[in-house]
Amino acid sequence: MPKRTDIRKILLIGSGPIVIGQGCEFDYSGTQACKALRANGYEVVLVNSNPATIMTDPATAERTYVEPMPPESLEAIIARERPQALLPTLGGQTALNLSMELYRRGILGKYGVEMIGANAASIDRAEDRQKFKEAMLAIGLDVPRSGSAHTMDEARAIAGTIGTWPLIIRPGFTLGGTGGGIANNAEEFERIARGGLDASPTSEILIEESLLGWKEYEMEVVCDRKGNAVIVCSIENLDPMGVHTGDSITVAPIQTLTDAEYQAMRTDSFAVMRAIGIATGGSNVQWAVNPKTGRRIIIEMNPRVSRSSALASKATGFPIAKIAALLAVGFTLDELKNDITGTTPASFEPALDYIVVKAPRFTFEKFHGTSDTLGTQMKSVGEAMAIGRTFKEAFQKALRSLEIGRFGFGADGKDAPSEALDDQALAAAVARPTAERIFHLHEALRRGWTVDRLYALTAIDPYFLRHLQELALFEDEIAALGSVSALATHPELLRQAKAFGFSDRQIATLLDSTEAAVTSARRALAITPTYGLVDTCAGEFAAQTPYYYGTYGLVDSRQSTVNRAGAEKAAATHGGESLSVAERELSTVDCSLSTRSGAARPAVLIIGGGPNRIGQGIEFDYCCCQAAYALREAGYRVVMANSNPETVSTDYDTSDALYFEPLTLEDLVQVYEREHCIGAIVQFGGQTPLNLAQGLKAAGVHILGTSPDDIDLAEDRDAFKRLAERIGIRQPESGIAHSVEDALEIASRIGYPVLVRPSFVLGGRGMVIVHREEDLAELARQAVAIAEGKPILIDRFLENAIELDVDSVSDGQGTTLIGAILEHVEPAGVHSGDAACVTPPISLSPSVLERIRGYARAFADGLHVCGLMNLQIAVKGEEIYMIEVNPRGSRTVPFVSKAIGVSLAAVASRVMLGQSLAQAGFTHEVSLPYYAAKEAVFPFARFPGATIALSPEMKSTGEVMGLADTYGLAYLKSQSAAGTHLPPPGSTVFLSLCDADKPAGIEAAKRLAALGYALTATCGTATALWQHGLRPNAVFRVSEGHPNPLDLIRAKQVHWIVNTAGPGADHVGDGLKIRAEAILHGLPITTVLEGFTAAVEGLGERLQTNTLPVATLQERHAQLER
Amino acid sequence: MNALIETLRTQWAAERARAAFLALADGAVFHGVAFGAQTDALGEAVFNTGMSGYQEILTDPSYAGQFVVLTAPEVGNYGCNSTDAESRALFLSGLIVTNRNAPSNFRSEESLEAYLRRAGRPGLYGVDTRALTLHLRDHGAQKAYLHVSPEPMREAEAIAKAQAWEGLDGQDYAARVTAPEAYVWNEKGRFAVTVYDFGVKRNILRCLAEAGCRVTVVPAKTPAEEVLAGKPDGVFLSNGPADPSAVTYAQENVRKLLAAKVPLMGICLGHQLLGLACGATCSRLPFGHHGCNHPVKNLLDGTVAITSQNHNYALSNLPDCLELTHVNLNDGTVEGIRHRTLPACSVQFHPEAAPGPTETRAWFKTFLSLMEQNAQ
Repeated sequence: MPKRTDIRKILLIGSGPIVIGQGCEFDYSGTQACKALRANGYEVVLVNSNPATIMTDPATAERTYVEPMPPESLEAIIARERPQALLPTLGGQTALNLSMELYRRGILGKYGVEMIGANAASIDRAEDRQKFKEAMLAIGLDVPRSGSAHTMDEARAIAGTIGTWPLIIRPGFTLGGTGGGIANNAEEFERIARGGLDASPTSEILIEESLLGWKEYEMEVVCDRKGNAVIVCSIENLDPMGVHTGDSITVAPIQTLTDAEYQAMRTDSFAVMRAIGIATGGSNVQWAVNPKTGRRIIIEMNPRVSRSSALASKATGFPIAKIAALLAVGFTLDELKNDITGTTPASFEPALDYIVVKAPRFTFEKFHGTSDTLGTQMKSVGEAMAIGRTFKEAFQKALRSLEIGRFGFGADGKDAPSEALDDQALAAAVARPTAERIFHLHEALRRGWTVDRLYALTAIDPYFLRHLQELALFEDEIAALGSVSALATHPELLRQAKAFGFSDRQIATLLDSTEAAVTSARRALAITPTYGLVDTCAGEFAAQTPYYYGTYGLVDSRQSTVNRAGAEKAAATHGGESLSVAERELSTVDCSLSTRSGAARPAVLIIGGGPNRIGQGIEFDYCCCQAAYALREAGYRVVMANSNPETVSTDYDTSDALYFEPLTLEDLVQVYEREHCIGAIVQFGGQTPLNLAQGLKAAGVHILGTSPDDIDLAEDRDAFKRLAERIGIRQPESGIAHSVEDALEIASRIGYPVLVRPSFVLGGRGMVIVHREEDLAELARQAVAIAEGKPILIDRFLENAIELDVDSVSDGQGTTLIGAILEHVEPAGVHSGDAACVTPPISLSPSVLERIRGYARAFADGLHVCGLMNLQIAVKGEEIYMIEVNPRGSRTVPFVSKAIGVSLAAVASRVMLGQSLAQAGFTHEVSLPYYAAKEAVFPFARFPGATIALSPEMKSTGEVMGLADTYGLAYLKSQSAAGTHLPPPGSTVFLSLCDADKPAGIEAAKRLAALGYALTATCGTATALWQHGLRPNAVFRVSEGHPNPLDLIRAKQVHWIVNTAGPGADHVGDGLKIRAEAILHGLPITTVLEGFTAAVEGLGERLQTNTLPVATLQERHAQLER
Repeated sequence: MNALIETLRTQWAAERARAAFLALADGAVFHGVAFGAQTDALGEAVFNTGMSGYQEILTDPSYAGQFVVLTAPEVGNYGCNSTDAESRALFLSGLIVTNRNAPSNFRSEESLEAYLRRAGRPGLYGVDTRALTLHLRDHGAQKAYLHVSPEPMREAEAIAKAQAWEGLDGQDYAARVTAPEAYVWNEKGRFAVTVYDFGVKRNILRCLAEAGCRVTVVPAKTPAEEVLAGKPDGVFLSNGPADPSAVTYAQENVRKLLAAKVPLMGICLGHQLLGLACGATCSRLPFGHHGCNHPVKNLLDGTVAITSQNHNYALSNLPDCLELTHVNLNDGTVEGIRHRTLPACSVQFHPEAAPGPTETRAWFKTFLSLMEQNAQ
């Protein structure tokens, strides 16, 4: 028997909330692992605090714990489940670190749990910088000159020994190199080294010689217990060493190494695996190569699946996580099949006959005040991957996949910022790695700068620069046509432009025309993409899995005649769906048959969410996957389109046909037509597909569910206002300003504070609460700029109101059911994506709740909703205000689904295709016998200098869920899961409360003191506490002397920071400094009163029972009435 | 800059015109742009799925008489250099690629384009090599005519020329590529090894030398008696092009060497010759194995290796005197044999790599142990 039979139950630890450096790629890997292990008869116990994941869907594993993941919590789960094995390598750095912690604390030993895939010794050898270096030197590999330090004195000594600047500083055991950096001089060195020592949980930093400008490579390795090993994918970074690989544009396969160099790197990558002692599974090995000499240096290896392995899996079709899970339980590579071919074994190396380009997605605009220079610490929040037949095509597709308003490598009407730079400024912009650098490079090439000059400025390999140069210069070739009508007489030029990856939008810009005109001219010439298969074998074997990318490749009419003849012949003999995957590939016309055949399943296109960004991430991928599963079950052929390689939706077995394509009108219409879809679903992918809905409709795409017109109506202020009036619900007073003067006039009419925002927003960008006229004037000026001439919306801001999110589903046949009503913990004014919230609501009367249900039904009817709807409501006393209605899937859908045990997205997808809610199996609102609390997690630690405060502008990257029998415990669990580990009694709590918060805050403080906590407070708060009989230590305000809160934090004399700010307080005072210092030292911070009181309630309850009980989602759901 | 723009405009125009083409005997025609030497050529079209190693492929004599279609889309990226050449010349008929690039690598001495031109070999780029590969996969390797010369030619004429060409079956290409004279590759080493050059790759010679052999290379038609007269410790049968059944003299020589019980080892064509000499059959595969990612299981120790491959013919029906030692996990074909009683063994794949994975290089040690045992 190849697989181990001594193991029956396996614990799998997920990666927790989405953070920078750890995105939904671990949902993808964990989901694959669960499926594979279960298919082989193992029972999987899954722990993940992140409710937005597909892996925590109760159908994915047998026993699913959506629980906080500190070691204590994991021990409780292990004690309860008694698994024989722990698989630590599929949940990112989080799972790896937690597994090591369980090992170090003796918990694994105590319960007899075996680590499979990688053992503690090898993980330690790979992760500990010094041990790793020694292991690498022992096998003769070259390493950077470096040293490891635990103190600043040690650090300075090492810097002296190396003796050159710049130096790279990397902290040990942190995600994506948090707290690291490049020091160009002694002063920078002091600052970065100190930050690194603080950021490292082991107070350890590695200081090493700079390899800036060297070529950077990654090798994705998979090995089995017999020592068989393969390279799944090789990756070359376009951005050379110095930019974190997660922030680099990367290319697969490797482009600029000779076979001799590549094979030596391959052989050495295996040697690294063996030296580290990785038993089985996937790892990645990173290398730097000196472009002048070929000297090759090992950078690091990750003894686990990683973001790169997700990319490698999508780039090649080789499912690394699935294979890694099966290798961990004892299979060998030759015993496993390659799913894509279905005939050949998994012990092979994928051959690519296309080029893959990954481009990172950044969100610097969210974090004002932080530097946008890219370095060794990862800052991107997502990524897009594109596949093309040539580098040029893949590169342009990748840039337009980013959904940053760009439609390729420049020439899209958005080049003005680069064009505005003079030569000197442009040279500086090209030399400094930033999110926009690639577009500055475009401008430099347009100005005729040579490859040599740009290589000197950027160290980007001339191989890539030459391709970019050719693209930039080719623009003149297109522009020379003069007009769209000239395309008709130059079809070969158009074909060439398309093969170079130019989008219709770029061609339109170059011809001073519209995208629609170019598209129509192109289609009149029958120039449409063909679709290549990602088949793992460069065409050597017939593939069984329909995983496609669009390309204008190089097929000319004569060749396609040959192909089309083949396809037609195949069609004549088969017909419809029996057409094989390979036959479908051959031309754009072959699929027309599927509609002619009566037996064929109708095809539905699901449009994904594209690259992750703040405000649009894994939650939407969850919805897309749920819809795919539900519709396949209901007998539809599901066609998935997405560009995000981290996702489960782009796993080749989530859908019936996967198209890895940019989510633009041009690309999607082609897919829709090729697959002869009966409709497209735009409700689940977040703002990306919604923004395309009208365009798709105009292009003849049938939008399933709520119509685009009704979706737009909800966004149209006036129409929406009329609807709200008709329904009879209040709205905060508001006005629309077209100028700064308008804004001031409206604000004075409705009264301050006001909420200012541009129209059409996602993630609340540009939204802010303003308390004073002078601030409004300034903000209105900025808002006008962001909204590009669109009006600014000004609402009366409801102070101290309770904000609610309501998720409902309607069948378009008169029935609307509430999924859940979520009450925000923070008062209104915090973006709903950033707010902590709880369901069922804790402070609303039954009559208010009933009225809210009525409003939901009325809006669903008024907007003809078919599918999901999200309402944002504010409640002040008994008054209910409608803030916003979004007739589409919301960010809270997965959280609600996990809370109520009903997959809302699955239900919604069924009703969109005509079922009633009853037919879809959702018959009544679920009443919860427990509480579910959601908390957001923030990337502030990544953006030094950015304002740390919650606001209407969304800043969180991920979320966690706490489930418990009481509100207090559920909230406490959510805090623990979000990394806010509130200290035990006996610890010191620092309090700084604004005046408005003092009455309730002091009550909570009393309870804390009674629970055994010591209190410290700033003068004002301390005085108030004294007046109520408490005896806190008092400290100075930061600006007034010592000791002050910063001193206490640095001296580790406080363990929890409670710092609330009153309405209208600016965020530049003491509070901000305190929060920044607390984040630097990893202390828990509470910034709103309601969070403080809820936490105190939870702490009290925990002390009573002395435990934080854990339960599976399946057990919770069994409590629900059916 | 203006000169560059002019060059690019000419190039773009040529890429639109796509005047050159590869015509297959079955009537399919694939258009592209000529590069390298502008001389038409005949050959058999085969595809290679390796993602690097074009220079090693170009200089591998086993490709004599063939057009190599590379499935890797960007080619020429790292240029060509004098150390990566696997033989003294380019013996293939021509190179077909999707896109060709200027070099960017510190080892590069010459661009791919210049390398082809200097060697007098034609190339074709701008071809959808995936479409061409699928065609060859489904219809088998094909006789083909490559038209790259500036004089116009009708497609039908090219197809007819492809059909009229004699092809590779039954042709002795080893005689065309073998060294004209015997030569000594290296003078020092524990064992004296004579290498029959049927189109030997230099890396085989390097591997033998590295393993401790003093290597003498002899032409393909050297009589066995002459080789045995030199009293070698072992004889090596090299890789080489085309049809093993046509190299009857070599089969005859192998039988004599076996009879003399001199340790024998073979790679690729050498492996097929050993098999044929022992009574196995050798037949054509539909489209051969050409690439760097073929999994081969070593039946002696159970390990799986990723191997470099380049062959159109494969052994089957092994006689009792031969033991199957290696098998291809993709299609189950014979990848390695050894003689049950005589000191002889061989592999179908390329343990010397170049291009491709190097993990089977230890196989050369097998030869050493054969020679060691024989010496005792």
